[in-house]
Amino acid sequence: MARMKFLCDADRCIECNACVTACKNEHEVPWGINRRRVVTINDGLPGERSVSMACMHCTDAPCASVCPVSCFYTTDDGVVLHSKDTCIGCGYCFYACPFGAPQYPRVGNFGTRGKMDKCTYCSGGPEADRSEAEYVKYGTNRLAEGKLPLCAEMCSTKALLAGDGDIIADIYRERVVTRGYGSGAWGWRTAYGDSVSV
Amino acid sequence: MQLKTFVSQLLAAFALVTVVALGAPASAQQINPTANSVQEQQLLDALQGQGTVSGRVSIPDQRSADLIKPGNPGWANLHNGTVSTLSIVAILGTLGLLTLFFLIRGRIRVESGMSGRMIPRFNAIERFAHWMLAASFIVLAISGLNLVIGRAVIRPIIGEGAFGTLTAWGKLAHNYLAWPFMVALALVFLFWVVHNIPNRIDLQWIKQGGGILKKGAHPPAGKFNFGQKLIFWAVVLGGAALSFTGIMLLFPAETATPADWQLFQIIHGVVAALLSAVIIAHIYIGTVGMEGAFDAMGKGEVDINWAKEHHALWVEEVEARESRPRGRAATPAE
Ligand code: HEM
Ligand code: SF4
Ligand code: SF4
Repeated sequence: MARMKFLCDADRCIECNACVTACKNEHEVPWGINRRRVVTINDGLPGERSVSMACMHCTDAPCASVCPVSCFYTTDDGVVLHSKDTCIGCGYCFYACPFGAPQYPRVGNFGTRGKMDKCTYCSGGPEADRSEAEYVKYGTNRLAEGKLPLCAEMCSTKALLAGDGDIIADIYRERVVTRGYGSGAWGWRTAYGDSVSV
Repeated sequence: MQLKTFVSQLLAAFALVTVVALGAPASAQQINPTANSVQEQQLLDALQGQGTVSGRVSIPDQRSADLIKPGNPGWANLHNGTVSTLSIVAILGTLGLLTLFFLIRGRIRVESGMSGRMIPRFNAIERFAHWMLAASFIVLAISGLNLVIGRAVIRPIIGEGAFGTLTAWGKLAHNYLAWPFMVALALVFLFWVVHNIPNRIDLQWIKQGGGILKKGAHPPAGKFNFGQKLIFWAVVLGGAALSFTGIMLLFPAETATPADWQLFQIIHGVVAALLSAVIIAHIYIGTVGMEGAFDAMGKGEVDINWAKEHHALWVEEVEARESRPRGRAATPAE
């Protein structure tokens, strides 16, 4: 089985936000929830850099470790998913996640955040694959159709890579060697314990 | 011949121009806009495991401008490790110690036997406040504890679906019963604070270990002995800490930063564990642990012999007050 990961080659990201838009559209993600976003560091200054970020589907995911109802599960592909039926909207996963991935429909005063929503790596939830119920709660299940996440698939500069961790790490490594520099696989050290060594 | 030379010279010149023309953009491409931009490892090193790597986002949610918070898994470990271990140790530990104490000391009896004559101890409003505090506390403690260890203890028994529903109800109960808890806490504080100021007499009580360890020892005490004063202040201060941190947890938009929320959450969990231990001991001594004690909060009046053994000075006070003629001026403010 593959171990699915995302890798953002930030030296290629041009902050076009196509990944953000693709995700929102593909899954009909409601207003206020952003499963993916592009963050620009040092915006407008020398050394500016943009990184596209969503749930990294961590190894030993911190979100899953704090969830009081244990509604997270990791698929055979290494994707971290959760059940919205069980979620109580406590917000703990947001505070545990290093990447701000868990999102809620409401601000959350008085415990009214609503059910947590986050990137599913385009692979739905616990419902039957590609069922209506799955689509309504989690969006499309592209993985079940043999496709990769749409954000990475439509990235115009191929900055955002999705696929088996070893394969995308190889692609990234080759790029860094060829062009002679690279800013690192953003988030990998925090999510998986070690980064891509070149 | 001449033409040939001219053509070759022309070609050579053309080649040169081409090389220069192509060479210029080629060297411009060597300057890459991001080659010297900030690297992830630099940022992480600068943060040393804490803080936030953040930037700017074009979506209207400033929270999502935080890219990486390397310290967040540390909070997860505190919650799963320290808070849950402490909760289990505090509760099982207290139950264990009390069982041991019961086996050794047994029930603390009224040594002179019950007289059948009762004197009033707590009026209806005081008892109402106490039971409102107690009932809301128990629901808060159980629904809170469920958030910490329910998934390991209850979920395997009743299954994911039922446990999710139960915990959602528990969360609602926790969020709403917090308010009667705070009201009752304020009332109890107002009613009893005057009797709970530590004084010299408490020293004797401390010296004799509260008289609970051996039979026949009855250090003098006013309305509340030193042990009860300790419980009072633990409840008031612990309850205030739980109320403050709880409100901060309830209104995350008003809590200054996510880091503050995390801190309040840990304090809330730790104080809850400690106070639960205190309350278990309190419930023990008020019921099985001591004969005649429950009546004080149950009926509101206690047997005179019980009162003489445990609160001699208070009995003297009450009797002195009753022997005097009734009237406003004669009633001390207490
Ligand atoms: C007095 C007002 C209180 C308020 C406003 C309050 C509020 C909260 C909130 C908002 C949470 C977070 C989970 C959620 O969203 O439901 C929470 C968790 C918790 N509360 Fe309270 N609470 C209060 C009192 C208490 C009391 C008296 C206890 C028990 C002794 C208690 C024990 C707990 C525990 C154990 C947790 C879980 C902590 C964890 O998950 O680490 N709370 N409380
Ligand atoms: S990125 Fe956040 S939400 Fe995704 S698996 Fe890691 S901790 Fe969980
Ligand atoms: S918000 Fe939902 S998924 Fe996140 S920790 Fe709470 S119950 Fe679990």
